[in-house]
Amino acid sequence: MSLLRIENLTNTVADKPILKGLSLTLNAGEIHAIMGPNGAGKSTLAYTLGGRPGYEVTGGSVEFDGQDLFDMEPHERAAAGLFLGFQYPVEIPGVSNLQFLRESLNSQRKARGLDPLSGGEFIKLAKEKAGLLGLDMEMLKRPVNVGFSGGEKKRNEMVQMGILDPKLAILDETDSGLDIDALRVVGEGINAIMRKPDKAVLLITHYQRLLDYVKPDFVHVLAGGRIVKSGGADLALELEREGYAEVLA
Amino acid sequence: MSEEVEIRDAEARAAAARAADYEHGWSADIEQEFAPKGLSEDTVRFISAKKEEPEWMLDWRLKAYRHWLTMETPDWAKLDIPPIDYQDAYYYAAPKKKDALKSLDEVDPEILRVYEKLGIPIEEQKVLAGVEGARKVAVDAVFDSVSVATTFRKELEEAGVIFRSISEAIREYPDLVKRWLGKVVPMHDNYFAALNCAVFSDGTFVYVPEGVRCPMELSTYFRINAENTGQFERTLIVADKGAYVSYLEGCTAPMRDENQLHAAVVELVALDDAEIKYSTVQNWYPGDAEGRGGIYNFVTKRALCQGRNSKVSWTQVETGSAITWKYPSCVLNGENSVGEFYSVAVTNNYQQADTGTKMIHNGKGSRSTIVSKGISAGHSNNTYRGLVRVAPQAEGVRNFTQCDSLLLGDKCGAHTVPYIEVRNPSATIEHEATTSKISDDQLFYAMQRGLDQESAVALIVNGFAKEVLQQLPMEFAVEAQKLLGISLEGSVG
Repeated sequence: MSLLRIENLTNTVADKPILKGLSLTLNAGEIHAIMGPNGAGKSTLAYTLGGRPGYEVTGGSVEFDGQDLFDMEPHERAAAGLFLGFQYPVEIPGVSNLQFLRESLNSQRKARGLDPLSGGEFIKLAKEKAGLLGLDMEMLKRPVNVGFSGGEKKRNEMVQMGILDPKLAILDETDSGLDIDALRVVGEGINAIMRKPDKAVLLITHYQRLLDYVKPDFVHVLAGGRIVKSGGADLALELEREGYAEVLA
Repeated sequence: MSEEVEIRDAEARAAAARAADYEHGWSADIEQEFAPKGLSEDTVRFISAKKEEPEWMLDWRLKAYRHWLTMETPDWAKLDIPPIDYQDAYYYAAPKKKDALKSLDEVDPEILRVYEKLGIPIEEQKVLAGVEGARKVAVDAVFDSVSVATTFRKELEEAGVIFRSISEAIREYPDLVKRWLGKVVPMHDNYFAALNCAVFSDGTFVYVPEGVRCPMELSTYFRINAENTGQFERTLIVADKGAYVSYLEGCTAPMRDENQLHAAVVELVALDDAEIKYSTVQNWYPGDAEGRGGIYNFVTKRALCQGRNSKVSWTQVETGSAITWKYPSCVLNGENSVGEFYSVAVTNNYQQADTGTKMIHNGKGSRSTIVSKGISAGHSNNTYRGLVRVAPQAEGVRNFTQCDSLLLGDKCGAHTVPYIEVRNPSATIEHEATTSKISDDQLFYAMQRGLDQESAVALIVNGFAKEVLQQLPMEFAVEAQKLLGISLEGSVG
C-alpha cells in the first residue's frame, strides 16, 4: 500500500510559487531518488513535507500512512513516522545529542502511547546505532552538531534516523559534504536502517554516487516544481552521463 | 514523629515543580496576628517585642528605621517601579502561636495543608525510608515570616553547625549575631536594605565552625501568604576558617492581584579557606499575562570573602517576580579569595529584571567569574548590570565575565550594563557578551525530531543556560530546568 501519496501539490515560499503540481507515490518497501537541477524545488519539497513554517501549501494533498499530512504539526508528523534528514543540520548549543534524542524519542513514544525508554535502554540503542554509522559515542555526548565537521553532521543525522526508527525518511542531500569512505558508511547505514518491507525512503540528491550504495527502485527528475520524468535506477546513470538538459530535452 | 527525617529528592523536586505551576492560585485561610497596618516606630517596636528581642536589637532596628526615613527609592535601574505606599501594608504577620512546638505534629494543620498543596516536602519527610547514600536536605520552613518547624537540627548540632531562624539566633547566640549582622550589608547601604533592617520579621542564621564541612545541603523554602504583607527576610551565614556549606533557597507564592513587596537581605561571611555555595531558585508569582500583580523582589545579597583563599559562589535562577532588583555580590578582601556569580534570569510577559553582581577586588590575587544568561520573552525587559572593581593595592587580580542574552520574539528587551573600574595595572579583566534569538531553524529541527513547540523552546533555553544550571546542586537542577520551560510557556508562536 502507499505510504506517501502526494497529489498535485502546490506551494509558495515568501509568496513565490515553488512546487507547481507535484505528484508522487511511495509504497512501503521502496526507495525513491529525486534528482534535479538547482532551484527545482527539491529542498522545498522536503521542508513542505516536514511542515516547516513559511512553506505555505496552496493546493493539492498529501496522505501519509493513511492520514492527511497537513492536519498534523511538525512534531506530530515526526511521531507518525516521518523523518527529515537535513541538508544543513542545525546546531543546538548546550544540549547534548543524547539528551536531544532521548527527549525526542520519548516524546514520539508518548504520542504513540508507549512508555518512555529508560536511560539504560536508550544508551544501549544509541550505542548500537552510532556503531552502525561509525560515530564515536563521545560525539553523542557533545552538543547537537556544535563543532561537528560536515561529514560528522551528516552521519549524526543518520544516527538520529536509526534511533528514531521512522517509517519514511526524506533525506535531503545527505551525501553532500561526505568523503568517499563516509559516503559508503552512510549508504550502508541507510540500507541497514531503512531497507525494510514496511519502510520507505525519499532520497534527494544531485549525484549518482550515493545511489551506488543505496540502490533506488525509482528515480524521478524534479524540474520547475513538478516531476517531469520517472524511471528506474538506470535513469540516474543516464542523468549523470548526459546532464539534465539533454535528458529533459 | 521524629525530627530527623529524610527527603526523597525526586518526589520533593517533582512536588516543587508542581508548585511552580500557578494554576492553583489559592490562598490559605489562617488566622494571623497582624502588626498594625503601616510603618512607624511603633511598628518596629511591635515586631521587636513579638520576637522577644533584646534591647540592642531594637535599638539597631530603630536606628535603621530613622535612617530609612531620610532615604529615597533608588531610580538608577532600568526598571519602571510604580510608587509604593509603605503605609498601606502590614509588616508583621505570623501564624497564630501555640506554645513552643515540640514536633511537626504540633504545627498548625492548616499550615501543613498549605505546604502539602504547594508540594513543600515537610509532610514527605516522615515517609522516606531513605535511598542509601541519598543526600539529606534540611528544611527550615518559613511560613510567612515565622519559622514554624526546623528539622535536622540534631544532626547539624552534632557537627557543630548552627542552623536557626534568625530570631532564635538573636536570642540564643547574641554574640555571634551581633558580631556579623549588618557587617556585610550595613543598614545605610541602600533604601531597601535599611527598610529590611528596621522591619525584618524572620529569616535564617547559619554558623559553620572552624574546619567543619556541613554534612548536608541546607535549604529554606520561603512562602508569602498573607495579603498585603511585605516579606522582609534576613539571612546571615558565617563560615569559619576552613568550613564549607552549601545553602539552597527556593521560593513560591500564591496568586495575587496586588503587588507584594519583598525586600530581603542576605549576608555571607567566609573566613580563611572557607567556602560558601549559595543557590537560589526564585519563582515567585510574576504577575499575569497583562502585567497585573506579581511580586516586587528588591533584594540585597552580598558576601564578604574576608579570609585568605575564601570562596563564595552565588548561583541564581530567577524566573519569577514582576520586578527584580538584585545584585548578589562579593567583597573579595582576602588574599587569593574567589568570587563567582552564575545567573539565569528569565522574563516573560511584562516582567522586569535588573540583576547582576558586583565583584569588589581588594585582596591580592583575588579572582572572580561572572556568567550571566538573560532570557527575555513577551514584552519583558531584562538587564544585566555588573561592576568589577579592582582596588589600587590588589595585585594580580583576575576577572572573567560572560553575559549572554537570548531573545524570544521581537517585543522584549535585553540590556547589558557592565561597569569596570580598575585601579591596578596588573589586573586581567575579560568581558564577553552576546545577544541572540532562538532561531526558526533550531525550533523546526527540534520539532521535526518529535518535540512539541514548548518542549523545543525549553530544550533550547536549557542548553543556553546550561553553564549556569550545572552549577546548581542536583536537588535544584531538575526543578530549575522545568521552571525555565514553565516560565516561557506560550512565549513563542
